Amino acid sequence: MIDKRVKSIAEAMQGIKDGSTVLFGGFGAVGHPSHLIDGLIEQGAKDLTLVGNNAGSGRVEPLVRLLATGRVRKIICSFPRSSGSVVFDEMHKAGKLELELVPQGTLAERIRAAGAGIPAFYTPTAYGTALGEGKESREINGRMYLLEYAIRGDVALVEAWQADRWGNLTFKLSGRNFNPIMATAAELTIVQAQHIVELGEIGPEATHTPGVYVNRVVHVPYGDPAPALVATA
Amino acid sequence: MTTTAARATGAAEGFKPWTRPEMAARLARDIPEGWCVNLGIGIPLLVSNFVKGREVIFQSENGIIGMGGLQKPEELEPWLVNAGKQNVNLVTGASIVHHADSFAMIRGGHIDLCVLGAFEVAENGDFANWTTSLTDGVPAVGGAMDLAVGAKRLWVIMDHTSKDGRAKLLEHCALPLTALKAVSRVYTNLAVLDVGPQGFEVVDMAPGLSMEALQAQTAAKLKRKAAA
Repeated sequence: MIDKRVKSIAEAMQGIKDGSTVLFGGFGAVGHPSHLIDGLIEQGAKDLTLVGNNAGSGRVEPLVRLLATGRVRKIICSFPRSSGSVVFDEMHKAGKLELELVPQGTLAERIRAAGAGIPAFYTPTAYGTALGEGKESREINGRMYLLEYAIRGDVALVEAWQADRWGNLTFKLSGRNFNPIMATAAELTIVQAQHIVELGEIGPEATHTPGVYVNRVVHVPYGDPAPALVATA
Repeated sequence: MTTTAARATGAAEGFKPWTRPEMAARLARDIPEGWCVNLGIGIPLLVSNFVKGREVIFQSENGIIGMGGLQKPEELEPWLVNAGKQNVNLVTGASIVHHADSFAMIRGGHIDLCVLGAFEVAENGDFANWTTSLTDGVPAVGGAMDLAVGAKRLWVIMDHTSKDGRAKLLEHCALPLTALKAVSRVYTNLAVLDVGPQGFEVVDMAPGLSMEALQAQTAAKLKRKAAA
């Protein structure tokens, strides 16, 4: 019997090695697997590279506390600066945290490509800008493109709405965001799910992420994300 | 060409600059029914208030196709946010996709129009809107570069001059670019301008404003748009 459910966050986080690249879902707080990030702090892996859209805000949320442990070497994201991203700002300025800034669509496609077995691709985004400097470029049908490489993770941390024992997933509204692509692009995909449902309950046409991408599922019924912050991207 | 223009207060010169809602309404007039439109954060979002009576589909790059207005307190649905992370509603017929599909839709040319703010727009359509410095502070880019190259057309909505009175319509941008030759039209508090093959072409001006006064606020050569 296939059963990817595990009983605790500690069990879900077992085996994450130092030096890992960790993909995480979420767009701000919505769909962000904050309990698994907390679990990563507890688990203790260090020299990490994190890949996600944002770098957290305030001082108490798990992503920010993970940065503050000093166990993150580098973050790859599109929007590290948000209202109250104080810990990221301080550590980046002090040279304790490397940043690779990537346009949001290029970030998403680099992750999608990794999950789809595509090692690199050409995109028009950022050609001729500071973020394209030093990158290989090529003219195709009269337009200039940059070569961008796939980002593969050792671990993906995902937040889902529903999960079954096969790891089939659904996501709630804009909680979907980066989660489905993160799930496809890592060796070890760990899911925190609000609801664990019986196999078959989700239904074949309603499944957003088939369980083939998922390794571990842990039940975290934490409820709703905090009402959104105002006016950051 | 001067790069510093006198501040456009309007009162002394005998013209009336458009307000932000008027700028948004002026832009919205040019959006036909049926377009799929992505609105940037800030003034661009105001445009959605002025398309009533037409079915225009608003896309938000975090994966919403068919975004409605901001939520009222009694409607709170914390699982729905727009690209600015504000809680929003969906309209009937809306759909949701993941980030890679959302940006595939954007780069693939399926968005009819993107409206963004900007610090500077050059007469060849280059523009700068993502950072004022590559060395001070923490840069952030979000989806602006993808939207700028991917949407079928990019219109900028912004004040004609900066807060300290400097021209924002220029021969060449000085700030780090968001995209090259991307902007096709600019809506400011003073004028509507097309980016034509020979530079800025004035389509419309705020009431009472003269071409000379507009030129004085602009650091690139203006010409009137030939009647269609």
